[in-house]
Amino acid sequence: MDSSEAIFKGLKDAGIDFIVSVPCANLKKLLIMIDEDDTITHIPVSREEEGLGICAGAYMAGKKTGILMQNSGLGNCVNALCSLYELYSFPLVMIMSHRGTEGESIIGQVPMGKATPDILKAINLEYVKPESIKEAYETVKNSWTKTTKDKKAFSILLEIPYWKLKED
Amino acid sequence: MARRIDGIKEIMKDITNELVVCNIGVPTKELFQVKDRSRNFYMIGSMGLVESIGLGLALSQEETVVVIDGDGSLLMNMGSLITTSHNQCDNLIWIVINNGAYGSTGNQTTYMADMDLVQIAKDSGFENAYEFSQINFKEILDSNKCTFIEYKLEAGNSDAPVIDLSPDEVRDRFMSEIQK
Repeated sequence: MDSSEAIFKGLKDAGIDFIVSVPCANLKKLLIMIDEDDTITHIPVSREEEGLGICAGAYMAGKKTGILMQNSGLGNCVNALCSLYELYSFPLVMIMSHRGTEGESIIGQVPMGKATPDILKAINLEYVKPESIKEAYETVKNSWTKTTKDKKAFSILLEIPYWKLKED
Repeated sequence: MARRIDGIKEIMKDITNELVVCNIGVPTKELFQVKDRSRNFYMIGSMGLVESIGLGLALSQEETVVVIDGDGSLLMNMGSLITTSHNQCDNLIWIVINNGAYGSTGNQTTYMADMDLVQIAKDSGFENAYEFSQINFKEILDSNKCTFIEYKLEAGNSDAPVIDLSPDEVRDRFMSEIQK
């Protein structure tokens, strides 16, 4: 199992069947796997906040929802996380490629990379930063249970070193 | 010319069993006053996202979803025109009330006031895009086609009171209707 396969298997085992996405280079393989799976509805969106609206509707219709995005997209989601998700206690699994972390080659990613955990803390949302393929799989597998139990969005931040891990 | 609350009355005359998702601010309060029902979802926060919520609902179950959006809110989420046109659902009817104003905040003029939203929707890929005054809305509700409707109205708010339901109540009764 490589880093992308671990997330995919975790999503499948969590029962997540509705995913919206804005791409990141690190999500490339995972997005192909999700597209090829007939049991998952995958809606690419124009902006992350829009994706949160779509997931809220899908959840009310019985879907188990997740968003795949780069951490830069978190900045586009803050109002929806507060005035839609916190307000109505909607669950959501947020899987973020966390750029601007160790090994980043694009300087423009660094400011938002540093701010990401603090933004989540400021709006009282929990996150996990898995450091191994096994930990990532287990975290994603349990993520839907956690977000529905907590009645709030749950984030999994996957830093640059995670995507370079050798197969488990 | 009629105002938003008159438009909402017109829309609700023909609504029977459809799920209705309504825009933030005075529009939700006016819908609540005109016709409260468990099958209404009142979007109390998150300006701009009402169509996105409606699309998620329409993609995920079979009942018809009617979205009541506004011109200022659409400006905030113009990407939703493209996302929705690429994911058209037969059970989705998207009404944008265009009164050319940010009604809930004091009727400041929006950039939409003199735009042709029907043409914008057509150019975005909606085959079925109409102005409300040109259609029989009841027939559209029964058409089973993804439809975009611009409803041109005059700016102005009624004195509809604040919705006396908690967000949890709005959510729970709406979700229990869908799962029936």
